[in-house]
Amino acid sequence: MTVEAKKDASQERQKAMIAEHFNKLSRAKEDGRKVVYTFVPGNLTELLANFDLLPVLPEINALQSGMRGKTGDYIHLAEKSGHSEDVCTYVKADIGMLKSGNIGPTGEKLPPPDLLLLSYTGCFTFLKWFELLREEYDCPVVMLHTPYQGDGKITEEMRQYVAGQIRNVLIPELEKLSGKKFDEDRLREDLKRSAKAEDDLVWVLESARHKPSPIDAYFGGVYYIGPIFTSFRGSQDAVEYYELLRGEIEERIKLGLGPVTPDGVLNEEKYRVVVEGPPNWTSFREFWKMFYGEGAVVVASSYTKVGGLYDRGFRHNPDQPIETLADYCMGCYTNLNLPDRIKLLENYINDYQADGFLINSVKSCNSFSAGQLLILRELEKRTGRAGGFIESDLVDPRYFSAANIKNRLESYFQMIEAKRGKA
Amino acid sequence: MTIAAPAETATGRLGELIARAERLYEDLDFKAVAEWKSKDKTRRAIGFLPVYVPREVIHAAGGLPVGIMGGGDQTEIVRGDSYFQSYICHLPRSVIELLVSGRLDAMDGFLFPSICDVIRNLSGMFKLLKPDKYVHYFDLPQNFQRGLGGRFYGHEMREVATAVGRMTGIEPTDDRLRESIRVYNLNRKAIAELLKLRVDKPWLVPATEYYLVLRAGYMLPVEEHTALLNEYVQLVKDSGRRPMDNIRVMVRGAFCEQPPLALLRTLERAGCYLVDDDFVVGTRLVHGQVAEQGDPWDALADAFMHHSLPTPSVYDERHTKGELLVRKAREVRADGVLLMAPSFCDPALLDQPMLQTALEKAGIPFTSFKYSEDTGQFQVIREQAGTFADAIKLWGTV
Amino acid sequence: MDCFIGIDLGSTTTKAVILDGQGRIVGRGITNSRSNYDVAAQVAKQEAFTSARFELLSRELRAREGISESERERLQSELLAAYRHELFLGQLDALEAHCRNDLQNPRFADSRRELTQALEVILQGIREQAKAIFVAESVARSDFFRDIAGSAFIENASEISRGGGPAFDSLVGMFDRNIIPVENQPESRGFEELLMAAYQRLPGDLREGHAGLAELLKSIAETELADVRTVGTGYGRVRLPFPKDCIRSEILCHGLGAHLMFPDTATVLDIGGQDTKAIQVDEQGVVTSFQMNDRCAAGCGRYLGYIADEMNIGLHELGPMALESKRRVKINSTCTVFAGAEFRDRLAAGQAREDIVNGLHRAIILRAMSLLARSGGIRNEFTFTGGVGKNPAAVRALREVAEENYGKLILNIAPDSIYTGAIGAATFAMRDMAGVKAGQEAA
Repeated sequence: MTVEAKKDASQERQKAMIAEHFNKLSRAKEDGRKVVYTFVPGNLTELLANFDLLPVLPEINALQSGMRGKTGDYIHLAEKSGHSEDVCTYVKADIGMLKSGNIGPTGEKLPPPDLLLLSYTGCFTFLKWFELLREEYDCPVVMLHTPYQGDGKITEEMRQYVAGQIRNVLIPELEKLSGKKFDEDRLREDLKRSAKAEDDLVWVLESARHKPSPIDAYFGGVYYIGPIFTSFRGSQDAVEYYELLRGEIEERIKLGLGPVTPDGVLNEEKYRVVVEGPPNWTSFREFWKMFYGEGAVVVASSYTKVGGLYDRGFRHNPDQPIETLADYCMGCYTNLNLPDRIKLLENYINDYQADGFLINSVKSCNSFSAGQLLILRELEKRTGRAGGFIESDLVDPRYFSAANIKNRLESYFQMIEAKRGKA
Repeated sequence: MTIAAPAETATGRLGELIARAERLYEDLDFKAVAEWKSKDKTRRAIGFLPVYVPREVIHAAGGLPVGIMGGGDQTEIVRGDSYFQSYICHLPRSVIELLVSGRLDAMDGFLFPSICDVIRNLSGMFKLLKPDKYVHYFDLPQNFQRGLGGRFYGHEMREVATAVGRMTGIEPTDDRLRESIRVYNLNRKAIAELLKLRVDKPWLVPATEYYLVLRAGYMLPVEEHTALLNEYVQLVKDSGRRPMDNIRVMVRGAFCEQPPLALLRTLERAGCYLVDDDFVVGTRLVHGQVAEQGDPWDALADAFMHHSLPTPSVYDERHTKGELLVRKAREVRADGVLLMAPSFCDPALLDQPMLQTALEKAGIPFTSFKYSEDTGQFQVIREQAGTFADAIKLWGTV
Repeated sequence: MDCFIGIDLGSTTTKAVILDGQGRIVGRGITNSRSNYDVAAQVAKQEAFTSARFELLSRELRAREGISESERERLQSELLAAYRHELFLGQLDALEAHCRNDLQNPRFADSRRELTQALEVILQGIREQAKAIFVAESVARSDFFRDIAGSAFIENASEISRGGGPAFDSLVGMFDRNIIPVENQPESRGFEELLMAAYQRLPGDLREGHAGLAELLKSIAETELADVRTVGTGYGRVRLPFPKDCIRSEILCHGLGAHLMFPDTATVLDIGGQDTKAIQVDEQGVVTSFQMNDRCAAGCGRYLGYIADEMNIGLHELGPMALESKRRVKINSTCTVFAGAEFRDRLAAGQAREDIVNGLHRAIILRAMSLLARSGGIRNEFTFTGGVGKNPAAVRALREVAEENYGKLILNIAPDSIYTGAIGAATFAMRDMAGVKAGQEAA
């Protein structure tokens, strides 16, 4: 079903960008650069760049450690030091990594933070996470409170609140830390580049409307969102990466190729599904294979929206540099209320002509998981399409039961097949 | 189900008072609320979830704030489990059970304070399951500057007041709100009396009685609750109850999902006086008195931002949670601390290592365990608390 | 005859069902799953073929004139008992061979003589007792060789060691070490050989009373049963020795099987040893949604097993005990890990055994209810399958809770619901073949 794949140029490019970033981090001390730890959803990368600060994203470290098979030990270490087995494993993996010498994904030691930027969008655990890190590092913390879209909208009060915090709390703190003045013109320039890259990212994600889809918007999607969700948004690197990626996908569509998988190109698209929830990282490849091995392609996913819902129209707006950052923070997927999450998924199922949808419910992440069974029920009711439910975790290998998940997925795909057979 | 035998029963007027509080506690159909409403067609009840909402605001708009603290250990979960995976805490299951079985029908609206992702998402579930009711996620500020968090919070409060006022037809004016603050200040004073008495003479205030009279405040109009508290304090002062050879412990972690009464009894039987805790902490999150003059909205915002007890759901801006815990333990002369958190409660469980570090540094003994609102087995907890108490009695430490 | 076979590899038992070309069930086989799924599948299949041939025999006998209904039934059941008896003796011989071989191990140098003698006495005893076990119309507690031979072995071994022979443990050890290879070794004799041996065991009046019986049996044995297509399903199905397109998810098979047994089925609940499934099917038996329990076995059949162990009673006694309950007790945890502790705690608190056990049944059903609700609720008709369906207290609790929440319902419980998955799989085998044929014709 698949043919041998060569590494795409965009992949190589991304790898090089990441390597360079970690290299900068490892040299931060010598180079006299300050380091800020912060989170992916609602990250303020352009603002940090404005002060030449280097971001570290503990979530990314945790998921990278998960993919490299390190998190079992890290989590164990954190639990030994008093953390409950019940709580978020990203936090425990991070604490375990810290206690094991803070070696990052590229094998180089990560510098300690000079500041913890607690911009918490859509996750209360972030708050606890940095309170816990504060115990370990002697550095200041800045809280940026992002209100939740409880009533399904961003009100003017909410926007003023967040923008006010950025102006009056965050920027002064960053100026103090870096010794540099805030440069609004530079921010505008960076935001322009952000919007440009965002345009291309949206084009890439929406290419999955094609039949067959040239991309997998979940397993492949997590690579595509990499640069824009992390330390590169607003950079020329990111702009070029997305141009390159877009060119590659255009080519795939021309050739009628399916998505790239670790085992080559998937050429027979049997099932098109929408996925809600983050993937499992410790068995990422194995999990992916359970999809492409059955000819299933993920055509849209909510996880690739945790760093911004660009495909619903949001773009960073250079004309209102601070307000646009506020809107960005509040607009990420995990900051949507449950009715809006359901509406979004319903639209994906229809717009991308999916055969059905799957929910990967992860134990760690209550922000995603609490309420997913109601999402399942509502989506089944509204779309009439097949819904599936599987359970795993982000980075705790104890919570990935391959046989159990495979069993459910196979049953699920066969159910779609049986329904089709009838039609 | 209650496995432990009932506590020594109070008799006479005290017995009646406790029986009343217990009826309110067990009233998971919220009949008392329906009854209160039936006396006047314009009356409206607003249910709120843990941990804290400024009840003054609802009161000022003529509404009755009612605490929805879960289904306890007596609610059979038939449908609630079908909404939540096994790794999510118990409280939302029983709350959904109460909702879908019609037991929350007396409520005209629901407030979900921002305390954790589970309660947050529960607000969306309510919106979907009860599209015709007022359901609002109540975002408490994590920035504590008056011009930022204070302003945002003031707006949130006004919005709730307006929504409730629309239901009751009563405009929540500044004057009305000032009056509500005054009424709640009296309640805070009565609670402070109760807390003080328990610290001074814990044998007069058994844990279950304390819990029941406090919890009654989530069901009764505040004026009635204040009267009940004052009467209770007077009655137990005259009760002639005698001290026992118990240690003094402080409890932390039980601020949201509530422990079953049988668990409180178990702790007491195991030799622990509970001299401080965070049960139904919303009744006294704001401590001291709220300013009765000036802008009442600002007064409430200031009270929350600067005069409230530390709780894991609120950002510890000044990095003092450990210090405050130790200070409190010394103030109430606690021999030790029980860190009891509900299973799967991220805020409480992630807080614990930090609290433990502070206690270790201060040399204050502690022990920790998990529970859920419907815990039915107490053997392990009994042994653990008993050993803890015995060790402290014998050696003053564990 | 064309045969379509479905095999359901469960965590504890493996089932096989054979359908004829018209979709009628002609054979069923069941065996314990053991450690080796391949053998289990083979044994179950063999058993199903045996039962299919007995079904053919029954059809032939019915077609014959001059045999009364009771006469025919007696003949069939005597023959089946004799056949089983033969099979049993064959396995017993295999057990003997393995045991003797085992005793050649040098560590038995000192005890070999004594143990060999004891083994001979034990096996002789079992062979004698087997005559009483395999009589027509007797209802054996279990059909599995491991169970029948095991309990007879223990009985005879304990008598010998009481009488001054080798220690009981060393005798039973022989059985324990050798039973698995015996189970994993399929019967070497063919059906015909076994059947003719069984024929020889028939009471004289039966052999003489039916002219041409031997010839009939021979022709039955020679009838070709063509294994046209086999579809595998179940817990261990990834390890079935079939190509991928002959494997179907147990969910699909279960849904279809339930539909075939009760055509108006809309919702299926299956509570097995280690998992619980809630399935919705449409009017053609196609699964439209399903839910399974998460990775822990809380609320599954195994949980009742732990409780029975805790109380030191048989699993089958649990249901009747619960029916004696007078007071409702609410049990909060269906966690297998805490089951014992909670049970003891409640007994210590003075609660009655019947009430606690009844509460446990209700707790299991409530867990199942949550899976049902997740899958889309209970719709009429409601079919309950799996081992727990035999438990009257569980069925009563299910009926109560289902009706409290979904109103009056028709609740179907089939006595042989253990074959539900295999029936579905066999039907898929048949439909696949029809699809292949249609495809060929179209081409």
